[in-house]
Amino acid sequence: MAETEEVKLLGIWASPFSRRIEMALKLKGIKYDYVEEKLENKSSLLLALNPVHKKVPVLVHNGKTILESLVILEYIDETWPHNPILPQDPYERSKARFFGKLIDEQIINVGFVSMAKADEKGREVLAEQARELIMYLEKELVGKDYFGGKNVGFLDLVAGSMIPFCLERGWEGIGLEVITEEKFPEYKRWVKNLEKVEIVRDCIPPREKHVEHMNYMAERVRSS
Amino acid sequence: MAEEEEVILLDFWASMFGMRTRIALAEKGVKYDYREQDLWNKSSLLLQMNPVHKKIPVLIHHGKPVCESLFQLQYIDETWPGNKYSLLPSDPYKRALAKFWADFIDKKVNVAARRIWATKGEAQEASKELLEILKTLESELGDKDYFGDQTFGYVDIALIGFYSWFGVYDKYGNINIESECPKLIAWAKRCLQRESVAKALPESEKVTTFVSERRKKLELD
Repeated sequence: MAETEEVKLLGIWASPFSRRIEMALKLKGIKYDYVEEKLENKSSLLLALNPVHKKVPVLVHNGKTILESLVILEYIDETWPHNPILPQDPYERSKARFFGKLIDEQIINVGFVSMAKADEKGREVLAEQARELIMYLEKELVGKDYFGGKNVGFLDLVAGSMIPFCLERGWEGIGLEVITEEKFPEYKRWVKNLEKVEIVRDCIPPREKHVEHMNYMAERVRSS
Repeated sequence: MAEEEEVILLDFWASMFGMRTRIALAEKGVKYDYREQDLWNKSSLLLQMNPVHKKIPVLIHHGKPVCESLFQLQYIDETWPGNKYSLLPSDPYKRALAKFWADFIDKKVNVAARRIWATKGEAQEASKELLEILKTLESELGDKDYFGDQTFGYVDIALIGFYSWFGVYDKYGNINIESECPKLIAWAKRCLQRESVAKALPESEKVTTFVSERRKKLELD
Protein backbone atom coordinates (compact mmCIF):
# COMPACT_ATOMS: atom_id res chain seq x y z
CA MET A 1 0.00 0.00 0.00
CA ALA A 2 1.74 3.14 -1.25
CA GLU A 3 2.16 6.10 1.06
CA THR A 4 1.03 8.35 -1.74
CA GLU A 5 -2.40 6.73 -2.28
CA GLU A 6 -4.86 9.45 -3.16
CA VAL A 7 -8.49 8.56 -2.63
CA LYS A 8 -11.29 11.05 -3.10
CA LEU A 9 -15.03 10.42 -2.81
CA LEU A 10 -17.66 12.74 -4.22
CA GLY A 11 -20.92 12.11 -2.42
CA ILE A 12 -24.12 13.49 -0.96
CA TRP A 13 -24.84 13.17 2.77
CA ALA A 14 -28.33 11.77 2.22
CA SER A 15 -27.44 9.42 -0.62
CA PRO A 16 -27.43 5.72 0.28
CA PHE A 17 -25.20 5.17 -2.75
CA SER A 18 -22.37 7.33 -1.45
CA ARG A 19 -22.89 6.28 2.20
CA ARG A 20 -22.21 2.65 1.33
CA ILE A 21 -18.90 3.64 -0.27
CA GLU A 22 -17.92 5.45 2.91
CA MET A 23 -18.72 2.28 4.85
CA ALA A 24 -16.56 0.21 2.52
CA LEU A 25 -13.62 2.61 2.71
CA LYS A 26 -13.83 2.64 6.51
CA LEU A 27 -14.13 -1.16 6.60
CA LYS A 28 -10.86 -1.37 4.69
CA GLY A 29 -9.24 1.38 6.73
CA ILE A 30 -8.63 3.54 3.66
CA LYS A 31 -8.03 7.25 4.18
CA TYR A 32 -9.98 9.43 1.79
CA ASP A 33 -10.97 13.00 1.04
CA TYR A 34 -14.70 13.55 1.01
CA VAL A 35 -16.31 16.15 -1.26
CA GLU A 36 -19.94 16.98 -0.50
CA GLU A 37 -21.98 17.62 -3.66
CA LYS A 38 -25.35 19.32 -3.98
CA LEU A 39 -28.03 17.74 -6.14
CA GLU A 40 -29.26 21.08 -7.42
CA ASN A 41 -25.85 22.57 -8.00
CA LYS A 42 -23.43 19.94 -9.20
CA SER A 43 -19.81 20.92 -9.10
CA SER A 44 -17.81 21.24 -12.29
CA LEU A 45 -15.58 18.51 -10.89
CA LEU A 46 -18.50 16.07 -10.69
CA LEU A 47 -19.72 16.95 -14.17
CA ALA A 48 -16.22 16.50 -15.55
CA LEU A 49 -15.70 13.15 -13.82
CA ASN A 50 -19.13 11.72 -14.59
CA PRO A 51 -20.35 13.35 -17.80
CA VAL A 52 -22.44 10.30 -18.73
CA HIS A 53 -24.67 10.08 -15.66
CA LYS A 54 -23.77 13.23 -13.65
CA LYS A 55 -24.34 11.32 -10.42
CA VAL A 56 -22.66 10.53 -7.15
CA PRO A 57 -20.84 8.63 -5.85
CA VAL A 58 -17.65 9.12 -7.79
CA LEU A 59 -14.47 7.55 -6.50
CA VAL A 60 -11.16 8.96 -7.66
CA HIS A 61 -8.15 6.77 -6.88
CA ASN A 62 -4.74 8.05 -7.89
CA GLY A 63 -6.32 10.01 -10.72
CA LYS A 64 -8.52 7.15 -11.94
CA THR A 65 -12.29 7.69 -11.88
CA ILE A 66 -14.66 4.90 -10.88
CA LEU A 67 -18.43 5.27 -11.22
CA GLU A 68 -21.59 3.42 -10.11
CA SER A 69 -21.70 2.43 -6.44
CA LEU A 70 -21.87 -1.33 -6.99
CA VAL A 71 -18.94 -1.15 -9.40
CA ILE A 72 -17.04 1.03 -6.91
CA LEU A 73 -17.61 -1.52 -4.13
CA GLU A 74 -16.13 -4.28 -6.28
CA TYR A 75 -13.23 -2.03 -7.29
CA ILE A 76 -12.45 -1.27 -3.64
CA ASP A 77 -12.61 -4.98 -2.81
CA GLU A 78 -10.23 -5.92 -5.62
CA THR A 79 -7.79 -3.08 -5.03
CA TRP A 80 -7.58 -3.55 -1.24
CA PRO A 81 -8.23 -7.28 -0.76
CA HIS A 82 -7.93 -7.39 3.06
CA ASN A 83 -11.23 -7.47 5.00
CA PRO A 84 -13.07 -8.85 1.96
CA ILE A 85 -16.50 -7.44 1.14
CA LEU A 86 -17.73 -9.87 -1.51
CA PRO A 87 -17.94 -13.60 -0.71
CA GLN A 88 -15.11 -15.76 -2.05
CA ASP A 89 -17.31 -18.43 -3.64
CA PRO A 90 -18.50 -17.55 -7.20
CA TYR A 91 -22.06 -18.75 -6.56
CA GLU A 92 -22.38 -16.71 -3.35
CA ARG A 93 -20.90 -13.73 -5.18
CA SER A 94 -23.50 -14.02 -7.91
CA LYS A 95 -26.25 -14.11 -5.28
CA ALA A 96 -24.86 -11.03 -3.54
CA ARG A 97 -24.73 -9.18 -6.87
CA PHE A 98 -28.24 -10.34 -7.75
CA PHE A 99 -29.73 -9.01 -4.53
CA GLY A 100 -27.66 -5.82 -4.80
CA LYS A 101 -29.28 -5.15 -8.15
CA LEU A 102 -32.73 -6.00 -6.81
CA ILE A 103 -32.25 -3.43 -4.05
CA ASP A 104 -30.83 -0.71 -6.28
CA GLU A 105 -33.29 -1.11 -9.11
CA GLN A 106 -36.55 -2.45 -7.78
CA ILE A 107 -36.73 -1.99 -4.03
CA ILE A 108 -35.59 1.62 -4.25
CA ASN A 109 -38.10 2.35 -7.01
CA VAL A 110 -41.05 0.87 -5.18
CA GLY A 111 -39.87 2.61 -2.02
CA PHE A 112 -39.59 6.07 -3.49
CA VAL A 113 -42.80 5.80 -5.46
CA SER A 114 -44.64 4.74 -2.29
CA MET A 115 -43.44 7.90 -0.58
CA ALA A 116 -44.40 10.06 -3.50
CA LYS A 117 -48.00 8.80 -3.57
CA ALA A 118 -50.49 11.23 -2.12
CA ASP A 119 -53.24 8.71 -1.38
CA GLU A 120 -53.15 6.14 1.39
CA LYS A 121 -54.47 3.29 -0.73
CA GLY A 122 -51.80 3.89 -3.38
CA ARG A 123 -49.13 3.86 -0.71
CA GLU A 124 -50.35 0.61 0.77
CA VAL A 125 -50.29 -1.13 -2.63
CA LEU A 126 -46.68 -0.11 -3.09
CA ALA A 127 -45.82 -0.96 0.51
CA GLU A 128 -47.09 -4.46 -0.17
CA GLN A 129 -44.90 -4.67 -3.29
CA ALA A 130 -41.92 -3.55 -1.21
CA ARG A 131 -42.69 -6.21 1.39
CA GLU A 132 -42.75 -8.91 -1.29
CA LEU A 133 -39.32 -7.89 -2.49
CA ILE A 134 -37.82 -7.47 0.98
CA MET A 135 -39.11 -10.94 1.88
CA TYR A 136 -36.44 -12.38 -0.43
CA LEU A 137 -33.83 -10.66 1.73
CA GLU A 138 -35.56 -11.88 4.88
CA LYS A 139 -35.10 -15.47 3.70
CA GLU A 140 -31.40 -14.87 3.00
CA LEU A 141 -30.83 -13.81 6.60
CA VAL A 142 -32.04 -17.01 8.25
CA GLY A 143 -29.28 -18.42 10.44
CA LYS A 144 -26.92 -15.52 9.75
CA ASP A 145 -25.77 -12.51 11.74
CA TYR A 146 -25.27 -10.57 8.53
CA PHE A 147 -25.78 -11.23 4.82
CA GLY A 148 -22.03 -11.71 4.77
CA GLY A 149 -22.27 -14.42 7.45
CA LYS A 150 -20.35 -13.62 10.59
CA ASN A 151 -19.09 -10.32 9.24
CA VAL A 152 -20.54 -7.38 7.39
CA GLY A 153 -20.20 -7.77 3.63
CA PHE A 154 -21.29 -6.41 0.25
CA LEU A 155 -24.99 -7.01 0.67
CA ASP A 156 -25.01 -5.63 4.21
CA LEU A 157 -23.54 -2.37 2.90
CA VAL A 158 -25.93 -2.21 -0.06
CA ALA A 159 -29.08 -3.23 1.81
CA GLY A 160 -28.10 -1.41 4.99
CA SER A 161 -27.50 1.93 3.33
CA MET A 162 -30.70 1.63 1.31
CA ILE A 163 -33.36 0.05 3.48
CA PRO A 164 -33.08 0.66 7.24
CA PHE A 165 -31.06 3.85 6.89
CA CYS A 166 -32.82 5.45 3.96
CA LEU A 167 -36.17 3.99 2.86
CA GLU A 168 -37.36 3.25 6.39
CA ARG A 169 -36.64 6.84 7.36
CA GLY A 170 -38.73 8.02 4.45
CA TRP A 171 -41.56 5.71 5.44
CA GLU A 172 -41.30 6.90 9.01
CA GLY A 173 -41.72 10.47 7.79
CA ILE A 174 -45.03 9.67 6.13
CA GLY A 175 -46.20 7.36 8.89
CA LEU A 176 -46.18 4.23 6.73
CA GLU A 177 -45.22 0.98 8.46
CA VAL A 178 -43.76 -1.29 5.85
CA ILE A 179 -41.42 -3.68 7.65
CA THR A 180 -42.99 -5.19 10.76
CA GLU A 181 -41.39 -7.30 13.49
CA GLU A 182 -44.10 -9.86 12.99
CA LYS A 183 -43.40 -10.51 9.32
CA PHE A 184 -39.69 -9.66 9.21
CA PRO A 185 -38.05 -10.94 12.40
CA GLU A 186 -34.76 -11.79 10.66
CA TYR A 187 -34.55 -8.33 9.11
CA LYS A 188 -35.18 -6.66 12.47
CA ARG A 189 -32.50 -8.79 14.09
CA TRP A 190 -30.09 -7.90 11.29
CA VAL A 191 -30.71 -4.16 11.70
CA LYS A 192 -29.95 -4.45 15.43
CA ASN A 193 -26.70 -6.23 14.52
CA LEU A 194 -25.84 -3.53 11.98
CA GLU A 195 -26.41 -0.76 14.47
CA LYS A 196 -23.70 -2.31 16.67
CA VAL A 197 -21.11 -2.09 13.88
CA GLU A 198 -18.95 1.02 14.19
CA ILE A 199 -18.31 1.56 10.48
CA VAL A 200 -22.03 1.40 9.79
CA ARG A 201 -22.97 3.69 12.68
CA ASP A 202 -20.36 6.23 11.59
CA CYS A 203 -21.62 6.30 8.02
CA ILE A 204 -25.34 6.69 8.27
CA PRO A 205 -27.02 10.08 7.84
CA PRO A 206 -28.23 11.71 11.07
CA ARG A 207 -31.75 10.41 11.65
CA GLU A 208 -33.88 13.48 12.22
CA LYS A 209 -32.25 15.52 9.50
CA HIS A 210 -32.62 12.53 7.17
CA VAL A 211 -36.32 11.97 7.90
CA GLU A 212 -36.91 15.65 7.26
CA HIS A 213 -34.94 15.49 4.02
CA MET A 214 -36.84 12.42 2.78
CA ASN A 215 -40.13 14.18 3.51
CA TYR A 216 -38.99 17.21 1.59
CA MET A 217 -37.97 15.09 -1.42
CA ALA A 218 -41.25 13.17 -1.38
CA GLU A 219 -43.23 16.40 -1.13
CA ARG A 220 -41.42 17.79 -4.15
CA VAL A 221 -42.37 14.71 -6.18
CA ARG A 222 -45.98 14.80 -5.00
CA SER A 223 -46.37 18.45 -5.93
CA SER A 224 -44.71 18.11 -9.34
CA MET B 1 -24.68 -37.72 -19.27
CA ALA B 2 -24.14 -36.33 -15.77
CA GLU B 3 -21.29 -34.15 -17.01
CA GLU B 4 -23.40 -32.63 -19.76
CA GLU B 5 -26.17 -31.79 -17.34
CA GLU B 6 -23.76 -30.13 -14.95
CA VAL B 7 -24.37 -26.86 -16.77
CA ILE B 8 -27.84 -25.98 -17.98
CA LEU B 9 -28.91 -22.77 -19.69
CA LEU B 10 -32.58 -21.79 -19.68
CA ASP B 11 -32.86 -19.35 -22.54
CA PHE B 12 -34.90 -17.95 -25.42
CA TRP B 13 -33.40 -17.90 -28.91
CA ALA B 14 -34.07 -14.20 -29.57
CA SER B 15 -32.86 -12.89 -26.22
CA MET B 16 -29.86 -10.59 -26.53
CA PHE B 17 -29.22 -11.36 -22.87
CA GLY B 18 -29.22 -15.11 -23.38
CA MET B 19 -26.85 -14.59 -26.30
CA ARG B 20 -24.31 -13.14 -23.86
CA THR B 21 -24.22 -16.29 -21.79
CA ARG B 22 -24.13 -18.57 -24.83
CA ILE B 23 -21.13 -16.65 -26.14
CA ALA B 24 -19.33 -16.71 -22.78
CA LEU B 25 -19.80 -20.45 -22.32
CA ALA B 26 -18.59 -21.08 -25.87
CA GLU B 27 -15.58 -18.78 -25.45
CA LYS B 28 -14.60 -20.75 -22.36
CA GLY B 29 -15.23 -24.11 -24.00
CA VAL B 30 -17.81 -25.09 -21.37
CA LYS B 31 -20.25 -27.80 -22.45
CA TYR B 32 -23.83 -27.14 -21.49
CA ASP B 33 -27.39 -28.26 -21.99
CA TYR B 34 -29.32 -25.54 -23.81
CA ARG B 35 -33.02 -25.55 -22.96
CA GLU B 36 -35.30 -23.34 -25.04
CA GLN B 37 -38.03 -21.75 -22.91
CA ASP B 38 -41.55 -20.76 -23.84
CA LEU B 39 -41.84 -17.30 -22.34
CA TRP B 40 -45.61 -17.33 -22.65
CA ASN B 41 -45.96 -20.62 -20.86
CA LYS B 42 -43.13 -20.68 -18.37
CA SER B 43 -41.76 -24.02 -17.26
CA SER B 44 -41.80 -25.04 -13.64
CA LEU B 45 -38.01 -25.27 -13.74
CA LEU B 46 -37.73 -21.63 -14.81
CA LEU B 47 -40.17 -20.51 -12.13
CA GLN B 48 -38.32 -22.55 -9.55
CA MET B 49 -34.86 -21.32 -10.55
CA ASN B 50 -35.76 -17.64 -10.96
CA PRO B 51 -38.73 -17.06 -8.67
CA VAL B 52 -37.96 -13.36 -8.23
CA HIS B 53 -38.04 -12.28 -11.87
CA LYS B 54 -39.21 -15.42 -13.72
CA LYS B 55 -36.91 -14.40 -16.59
CA ILE B 56 -34.32 -15.96 -18.81
CA PRO B 57 -31.45 -16.50 -19.11
CA VAL B 58 -30.87 -18.68 -16.06
CA LEU B 59 -27.60 -20.52 -15.76
CA ILE B 60 -27.86 -23.62 -13.61
CA HIS B 61 -24.61 -25.12 -12.37
CA HIS B 62 -24.61 -28.15 -10.05
CA GLY B 63 -28.32 -27.49 -9.58
CA LYS B 64 -27.81 -23.92 -8.37
CA PRO B 65 -29.19 -20.99 -10.38
CA VAL B 66 -27.25 -17.91 -11.41
CA CYS B 67 -29.57 -15.17 -12.65
CA GLU B 68 -28.91 -11.95 -14.61
CA SER B 69 -26.79 -12.27 -17.74
CA LEU B 70 -23.96 -9.95 -16.67
CA PHE B 71 -23.62 -11.79 -13.36
CA GLN B 72 -23.57 -15.04 -15.36
CA LEU B 73 -20.63 -13.70 -17.38
CA GLN B 74 -18.78 -12.89 -14.17
CA TYR B 75 -19.70 -16.27 -12.69
CA ILE B 76 -18.40 -18.06 -15.80
CA ASP B 77 -15.17 -16.06 -15.66
CA GLU B 78 -14.69 -16.84 -11.97
CA THR B 79 -15.67 -20.51 -12.15
CA TRP B 80 -13.65 -21.43 -15.23
CA PRO B 81 -10.73 -19.04 -14.91
CA GLY B 82 -8.13 -21.18 -16.61
CA ASN B 83 -10.17 -21.93 -19.71
CA LYS B 84 -8.70 -20.17 -22.75
CA TYR B 85 -8.72 -16.58 -21.49
CA SER B 86 -10.45 -14.05 -19.26
CA LEU B 87 -13.66 -12.34 -20.22
CA LEU B 88 -12.85 -9.47 -17.88
CA PRO B 89 -9.46 -7.74 -17.61
CA SER B 90 -7.33 -8.57 -14.57
CA ASP B 91 -6.59 -4.96 -13.61
CA PRO B 92 -9.19 -3.65 -11.10
CA TYR B 93 -9.54 -0.27 -12.82
CA LYS B 94 -10.04 -1.80 -16.27
CA ARG B 95 -12.54 -4.23 -14.75
CA ALA B 96 -14.44 -1.32 -13.22
CA LEU B 97 -14.56 0.43 -16.60
CA ALA B 98 -15.83 -2.73 -18.27
CA LYS B 99 -18.55 -3.16 -15.63
CA PHE B 100 -19.53 0.50 -15.98
CA TRP B 101 -20.04 0.18 -19.73
CA ALA B 102 -21.92 -3.11 -19.45
CA ASP B 103 -24.17 -1.48 -16.86
CA PHE B 104 -24.62 1.49 -19.23
CA ILE B 105 -25.68 -0.89 -21.99
CA ASP B 106 -28.22 -2.56 -19.70
CA LYS B 107 -29.68 0.68 -18.45
CA LYS B 108 -29.72 2.64 -21.69
CA VAL B 109 -29.67 0.48 -24.81
CA ASN B 110 -32.34 -1.97 -23.75
CA VAL B 111 -34.79 0.64 -22.48
CA ALA B 112 -34.65 2.81 -25.59
CA ALA B 113 -34.62 -0.21 -27.91
CA ARG B 114 -37.72 -1.75 -26.41
CA ARG B 115 -39.63 1.50 -26.67
CA ILE B 116 -39.04 1.52 -30.41
CA TRP B 117 -40.91 -1.67 -31.22
CA ALA B 118 -43.05 -2.45 -28.19
CA THR B 119 -44.94 0.82 -27.77
CA LYS B 120 -47.34 2.94 -29.72
CA GLY B 121 -46.26 6.44 -30.64
CA GLU B 122 -42.90 6.42 -28.83
CA ALA B 123 -40.85 4.99 -31.69
CA GLN B 124 -39.56 8.25 -33.10
CA GLU B 125 -38.39 9.67 -29.79
CA ALA B 126 -36.95 6.35 -28.69
CA SER B 127 -35.04 5.83 -31.92
CA LYS B 128 -33.39 9.26 -31.56
CA GLU B 129 -32.41 8.28 -28.04
CA LEU B 130 -31.07 4.94 -29.19
CA LEU B 131 -28.89 6.56 -31.85
CA GLU B 132 -27.43 8.93 -29.25
CA ILE B 133 -26.68 6.00 -26.96
CA LEU B 134 -25.10 3.97 -29.75
CA LYS B 135 -22.98 6.98 -30.72
CA THR B 136 -21.76 7.26 -27.13
CA LEU B 137 -20.75 3.62 -27.29
CA GLU B 138 -19.15 4.15 -30.67
CA SER B 139 -16.99 6.94 -29.30
CA GLU B 140 -16.05 4.75 -26.34
CA LEU B 141 -14.94 2.10 -28.82
CA GLY B 142 -12.86 4.70 -30.65
CA ASP B 143 -10.26 3.14 -32.90
CA LYS B 144 -10.02 -0.07 -30.91
CA ASP B 145 -10.92 -3.39 -32.49
CA TYR B 146 -13.00 -4.33 -29.48
CA PHE B 147 -14.34 -2.60 -26.37
CA GLY B 148 -12.07 -4.89 -24.37
CA ASP B 149 -9.05 -3.07 -25.83
CA GLN B 150 -7.25 -5.43 -28.19
CA THR B 151 -9.18 -8.48 -27.13
CA PHE B 152 -12.82 -9.50 -27.37
CA GLY B 153 -14.32 -9.43 -23.88
CA TYR B 154 -17.02 -8.56 -21.40
CA VAL B 155 -18.35 -5.34 -22.93
CA ASP B 156 -18.30 -6.77 -26.46
CA ILE B 157 -20.27 -9.76 -25.21
CA ALA B 158 -22.70 -7.45 -23.38
CA LEU B 159 -23.51 -5.47 -26.53
CA ILE B 160 -23.20 -7.80 -29.51
CA GLY B 161 -26.56 -9.54 -29.08
CA PHE B 162 -28.36 -6.28 -29.79
CA TYR B 163 -26.86 -6.33 -33.30
CA SER B 164 -29.25 -9.11 -34.27
CA TRP B 165 -32.06 -6.68 -33.36
CA PHE B 166 -30.76 -3.69 -35.33
CA GLY B 167 -33.03 -4.57 -38.24
CA VAL B 168 -36.00 -4.28 -35.88
CA TYR B 169 -34.91 -0.85 -34.63
CA ASP B 170 -34.25 0.36 -38.18
CA LYS B 171 -37.66 -0.83 -39.33
CA TYR B 172 -39.86 0.41 -36.52
CA GLY B 173 -37.73 3.41 -35.60
CA ASN B 174 -37.39 4.51 -39.20
CA ILE B 175 -33.64 4.92 -38.84
CA ASN B 176 -30.52 3.48 -40.41
CA ILE B 177 -28.08 2.46 -37.73
CA GLU B 178 -25.40 1.42 -40.24
CA SER B 179 -25.20 4.89 -41.76
CA GLU B 180 -25.28 6.64 -38.38
CA CYS B 181 -22.82 4.34 -36.58
CA PRO B 182 -20.56 2.78 -39.20
CA LYS B 183 -17.74 2.03 -36.76
CA LEU B 184 -20.13 0.14 -34.50
CA ILE B 185 -21.33 -1.94 -37.43
CA ALA B 186 -17.72 -2.68 -38.39
CA TRP B 187 -17.12 -3.78 -34.79
CA ALA B 188 -20.19 -6.03 -34.88
CA LYS B 189 -19.08 -7.70 -38.11
CA ARG B 190 -15.67 -8.23 -36.58
CA CYS B 191 -17.28 -9.94 -33.58
CA LEU B 192 -19.40 -12.11 -35.87
CA GLN B 193 -16.22 -13.63 -37.26
CA ARG B 194 -15.87 -15.42 -33.93
CA GLU B 195 -17.51 -18.82 -33.91
CA SER B 196 -19.07 -18.26 -30.49
CA VAL B 197 -20.84 -15.13 -31.70
CA ALA B 198 -21.86 -16.49 -35.10
CA LYS B 199 -23.49 -19.48 -33.41
CA ALA B 200 -25.19 -17.46 -30.67
CA LEU B 201 -26.78 -14.73 -32.78
CA PRO B 202 -29.92 -15.57 -34.75
CA GLU B 203 -30.46 -14.33 -38.30
CA SER B 204 -31.63 -10.73 -38.34
CA GLU B 205 -34.65 -11.59 -40.53
CA LYS B 206 -35.78 -14.25 -38.08
CA VAL B 207 -35.78 -11.67 -35.28
CA THR B 208 -37.68 -9.15 -37.39
CA THR B 209 -40.32 -11.77 -38.24
CA PHE B 210 -40.65 -12.67 -34.58
CA VAL B 211 -41.14 -9.02 -33.62
CA SER B 212 -43.73 -8.44 -36.30
CA GLU B 213 -45.71 -11.38 -34.89
CA ARG B 214 -45.34 -10.02 -31.36
CA ARG B 215 -46.58 -6.62 -32.45
CA LYS B 216 -49.68 -8.18 -33.96
CA LYS B 217 -50.36 -10.00 -30.69
CA LEU B 218 -49.80 -6.76 -28.77
CA GLU B 219 -52.16 -5.08 -31.21
CA LEU B 220 -49.58 -2.54 -32.27
CA ASP B 221 -50.04 -3.46 -35.92
